[in-house]
Amino acid sequence: MTRAEHETGTAHEAGVARVYREEYGRCVATLTRVLGDLSLAEDVVQEAFTAALTAWADRIPPNPGAWIVVTARHRAIDRLRREAKREQKHAEAVLVHPPPEPEEVGPVADDQLRLIFTCCHPALAPEAQVALTLRTLGGLTTPEVARAFLVPEPTIAQRIVRAKKKIASAGIPYRRPADHDLPDRLSSVLAVIYLIFTQGYAPSTGAELVRTDLCAEAIRLARLLVALMPDEEEAVGLLALLLLTESRQPARTDPGGALVPLAEQDRSRWDADLIDEGQAWVRWCLQRNRPGSYQVQAAIAAVHSDAATAGATDWHQILALYDQLLTLAPSPVVALNRAVALAEVRGPAEALSAVEDLDLDGYYLLQATRADLLTRLGRAREAAAAWRRAGELTANEVERQFIAGRIAALE
Amino acid sequence: MTQYLLSVWHDYDQPTYPDDATMQQAFAQVDAFNTRITEAGQWVFGGGLEAPSSATTVDNSKGKGLVTDAPLAETREQIGGFWVVEVEDLDAALALAQDASAACMGPVEVRPFQSE
Repeated sequence: MTRAEHETGTAHEAGVARVYREEYGRCVATLTRVLGDLSLAEDVVQEAFTAALTAWADRIPPNPGAWIVVTARHRAIDRLRREAKREQKHAEAVLVHPPPEPEEVGPVADDQLRLIFTCCHPALAPEAQVALTLRTLGGLTTPEVARAFLVPEPTIAQRIVRAKKKIASAGIPYRRPADHDLPDRLSSVLAVIYLIFTQGYAPSTGAELVRTDLCAEAIRLARLLVALMPDEEEAVGLLALLLLTESRQPARTDPGGALVPLAEQDRSRWDADLIDEGQAWVRWCLQRNRPGSYQVQAAIAAVHSDAATAGATDWHQILALYDQLLTLAPSPVVALNRAVALAEVRGPAEALSAVEDLDLDGYYLLQATRADLLTRLGRAREAAAAWRRAGELTANEVERQFIAGRIAALE
Repeated sequence: MTQYLLSVWHDYDQPTYPDDATMQQAFAQVDAFNTRITEAGQWVFGGGLEAPSSATTVDNSKGKGLVTDAPLAETREQIGGFWVVEVEDLDAALALAQDASAACMGPVEVRPFQSE
């Protein structure tokens, strides 16, 4: 192969890979509706993409997703016929009732929504929901999911296989939940997307601070959900929260890769486009006036993003929003974040006494917050002890180095 | 349609119900639940079981016909009763289990029967 041919080949494979990322989830969703079987749908979509590598050698067709769906459907029909021949007792049934023809321009959006609710069904363990969502809707390969979560590949593969088996054997349906179930089921979907993002934004283990691919995937899924359920304020709130959090990404580490806390970040490095988009969604939520915990968290992020400097932050508004959040979704973690705002409005002493009562002893950010408040109160020895305790509680290398720097500054 | 086993589990180291009135209330609630799912055509079979101390375990798997005066599982949590229901899918079964659990005041495990 000449160099030119090789490069063309690589560009071709990259083109097919791009289509794969964009179309895989949609194709699987459509085939799942047609076949009523997620595993079969995934198998035949996979086969269709393998066939596409050869079939699209000259050019990628104008509607590659439709090509994949038609090809995959034919594979499925072939496979069902072969199996029918093997098992005589099914032969008649399949001949009498051939597999239904899919609608070429089907309600693809509905298919994807159904599949999201299936993948995030509460009868599946949270880690299985996450793996299955990334695999089937995100189109990540099993090795990619494994790398993102630093879990051995066979573990992820087994998790996905078990989840698919349970969907089939327990009869987890492929459909939009009934209205009375929707709030609970939607919150389960939102939690999965949020978990994917946080795992990307602050990996609990490993050398990097951020795994951008997971953040990008979570934002893509959140956008998809908003497109599919445009009237769900909390879905919009989650999207806004992710966009505004992601906007600070470029400023969260310095050129050497060290962690930079919010107050010290170079705000000119924040992503203005993401901020604009996130703030527009927050305004939309405010107009709807049906607040929920993701919307309030997004509003807090929006207030931060409004401040040109850390000193210009409207802490009174942030404290008021945390008070609202604490009513909507009371938790020690929210109370801890509220204490950070409290320190800015009423001083570190009051904030410290609010923090000391929290039942979060093993939580790294509690110790980090205590250390910061103690430092501001001039209690350096206690502050250093709190930083050391925080260091014991995180396995993230970037965070550990940050803590080491803070302890050195106190000594 | 799929059939599901809805089984009720009790911790038999504790009294199942704190007092007689609560027990009577649970029985009445379960009766109402049974009537409802029978009328809805979802009932296949169901009933409450006598205490685990009444259980006898038989093991003839190795042809020895062993008979033991005890339940099989040596755990505190033992099955106390069950329903077999026939519904469209897991969502429908879980919805019934929510009501069943509230009625009998105990946790309910949902398991699908194998399809033929």
